[in-house]
Amino acid sequence: MIALLVRDMRLAMRAGGGFGLGLAFFLLVAVLVPLGVGPNSALLAKIAPGILWVGALLACLLSLDRLFALDFEDGSLDLLVTAPIPLEGAVAIKALAHWLVTGLPLTLIAPVLGVLLNLPEAGYFWLVVSLALGTPALSVIGAFGAALTVGLKRGGLLLSLLVLPLYVPTLIFGAEVVKRGADGMATATPLALLAAITAGVAALLPFASAAAIRINLR
Amino acid sequence: MSLWEYANPQKFMQLSRWVLPFVAAASVLCLVIGLAWGFFWTPDDYKQGSTVKIFYLHVPAAMMAINAWVMMLVTSLVWLIRRHHVSALAAKAAAPVGLTFTLIALATGALWGQPMWGTWWAWDPRLTSFLILALFYLGYIALWQAVDDPDTAADLTSVLCIVGSVFALLSRYAVNFWNQGLHQGASLSLDKKENVADVFWYPALVCIAGFVLLFISLVLLRTRTEIRSRRLGALLARERMG
Repeated sequence: MIALLVRDMRLAMRAGGGFGLGLAFFLLVAVLVPLGVGPNSALLAKIAPGILWVGALLACLLSLDRLFALDFEDGSLDLLVTAPIPLEGAVAIKALAHWLVTGLPLTLIAPVLGVLLNLPEAGYFWLVVSLALGTPALSVIGAFGAALTVGLKRGGLLLSLLVLPLYVPTLIFGAEVVKRGADGMATATPLALLAAITAGVAALLPFASAAAIRINLR
Repeated sequence: MSLWEYANPQKFMQLSRWVLPFVAAASVLCLVIGLAWGFFWTPDDYKQGSTVKIFYLHVPAAMMAINAWVMMLVTSLVWLIRRHHVSALAAKAAAPVGLTFTLIALATGALWGQPMWGTWWAWDPRLTSFLILALFYLGYIALWQAVDDPDTAADLTSVLCIVGSVFALLSRYAVNFWNQGLHQGASLSLDKKENVADVFWYPALVCIAGFVLLFISLVLLRTRTEIRSRRLGALLARERMG
């Protein structure tokens, strides 16, 4: 399992793995939004939590279609299915690898983009905390979508259509944490709900994803 | 004699051929009576005027939009557990109907909201969760369209339906948390009906019955079409082989 984790991360980091793509996309969102809505700093401060969360979510979405598709094409997914480790575990590990190369860097770069969007000072800590807690859920849910569409030729667009509605609760609670944090309000409730979503999907969704992969490889 | 006998496509076709005209006729009858009664023979609301009458469409459509998803969830589970093809095809047949009901509920709500709330659309929890429900329907239908092999498509959409149901519920409570409601609470419920005066309540009941019957007849009709197209595919395949 650790070998699988290392392999996936190495593949993602190498050239053509699309490692920097998500980060660059996130940066572009943070640059384009002020250009679109104007440089009014009070307005930017107000919408910064939501923009940063939506940007992170879309950046996460970019690399999802590679999660199983590449392994499916070169046949290593078949090996994973027949391997002695349970497929559910392999799916969870692959989602973890996806998080380590997309969600984690996004979390770390988010405060810098917060400066661009004039995020209030109290919000930085909660931005990092909420992204660190919430982006794993994005990877796990995304792995489910990728598993559903793995055998399809034009799966990318369908993947977004399937996954985005599933992202709604995570986005709402994640952005709410930052919003409340930036306003200096108590953040315990949305933070606990966000953590609950991440824990719940991490525990249960790999089973659905593994089932979908087995169906697709039948 | 058990319910499962109708999982046999032959039996299902026989029964549905016989039942469908009656259900369809009853649905048309209920809708005509209920809507005419509601539109022409009920008084205007003292505050909302005649706009209140759109609810004879809005409420039943909204109810059936949710119930259609529940029905899809049940038939998906039946397909995954007992592998009855009719069940999977019924879920496939119900999805576009459910989506249409969702859109009817959203559109009639917007038409009513414009004069009453002064806006076509508000990010109210109920409205938002219906929009999300419409997205779930779209994704489900798109997945059916995208997968070529019918059994794989049925399996994948069933898994999506189950996972989607959990997330639809989660989203419902998440948007409740996210914004305070503008939409009124539930006016109709089984245990108490004091919220709605009898003059409005009876035509509304007839309309709801009409929508339920309409849903059943549309699903029966579409399932029959699906079974026929499946048979046609099998015939064509045999033709090519021989």
